[in-house]
Amino acid sequence: MNEQASFVQSRGITPSLWNLVWTFNLIALASFGGGLSAWSREVIVVEKQWMGEEEFLTASAMCRILPGANQVNLAVFIGAKFQGIPGAVAAVFGLTLIPVLIVLGLAVLYFQFHHLPSLQKILHGAAAAAVALTLAMAVKTGKKCLHGPIPMLLFLATFVMNGVLRWPLLLVLAIVGPLSLIWAWPRPATK
Amino acid sequence: MKIWLQILILFGSLSLLSIGGGNSVLPEMHQRSVNDYHWLTDTQFADVFAISQAAPGPSILIVTLVGYKAAGVVGAFLATAAVIIPAGALVYLVSRFWEHAARSPIRVAIEKGFAPLTVGLVLATAYVLGRSTEHDWRSYLLTAICAGVFIFTKVNPLIVVAIAGLVGFLGWLG
Repeated sequence: MNEQASFVQSRGITPSLWNLVWTFNLIALASFGGGLSAWSREVIVVEKQWMGEEEFLTASAMCRILPGANQVNLAVFIGAKFQGIPGAVAAVFGLTLIPVLIVLGLAVLYFQFHHLPSLQKILHGAAAAAVALTLAMAVKTGKKCLHGPIPMLLFLATFVMNGVLRWPLLLVLAIVGPLSLIWAWPRPATK
Repeated sequence: MKIWLQILILFGSLSLLSIGGGNSVLPEMHQRSVNDYHWLTDTQFADVFAISQAAPGPSILIVTLVGYKAAGVVGAFLATAAVIIPAGALVYLVSRFWEHAARSPIRVAIEKGFAPLTVGLVLATAYVLGRSTEHDWRSYLLTAICAGVFIFTKVNPLIVVAIAGLVGFLGWLG
């Protein structure tokens, strides 16, 4: 692992199944409080050099578009790239097994003690911050892609239908999805 | 038995609907698990959301907690498997084709076109969660301050969540 590597590029390494389990487990545990995607890049691209920067970004974009939790999808993608289906399963196990046990432990504590006023109060505060984290994500990603009236309209329509009116997600996607694709479909003869 | 089936169907379908990440189906998950099935209350939903955000690992593990509340440890593992496997299988299949479709119009259109839609879903999530907690003006103020910190600084989110928890503990949120 300590070869003289000064460029952030793929080293052509093929991690074993155990490598995949262990590495994704480390990524998951580092992300206490969030920042999972940043940690994935740090470990996969910078530290282990399993993938180049561009390949990693393309994979992340794809995993964001497809349904499913982005980081779970990324584990499937990277695991499958190196070891096929067993690799995908190994990476997902690594990413989720210990966190599931931690979260379950917290849940048992919570439903046992949530009537305690002090725990209620702490969670009340933490929930306000968690809402803020989601809000911040909307602002940050919105700044990157909401340029011009049409994307703004697609964004607002989705927000109002799903958030304010509480229409089912499938209905919202059926309405806004095709419009989005029509808008974004690449026009020919612009090379 | 019936509740196991409900868990599998609900989270399995949410898995395939969660375009743009797990957070985009939270409003739907809230609707079903709180309003339809009554597995947990409004406040409990907001609290397990906070737990799943702060704990390590993917934040989609909120389903582990909802599943646990609905049907114990078995429910927790069923919900987790149901939310991971359908989307994971789809990612696996698509990753085989995707590499060969680098310049195809459908890939370009999806990458560009679904971005505004996704941001709309994320904001809807923040909106629904903000309203589901017992938010009065003090909680909204705290949310606004935290959002400012997340947007304009690079402070570790865990620190902000911990401070917000302390603010709650001190009783400043009423």
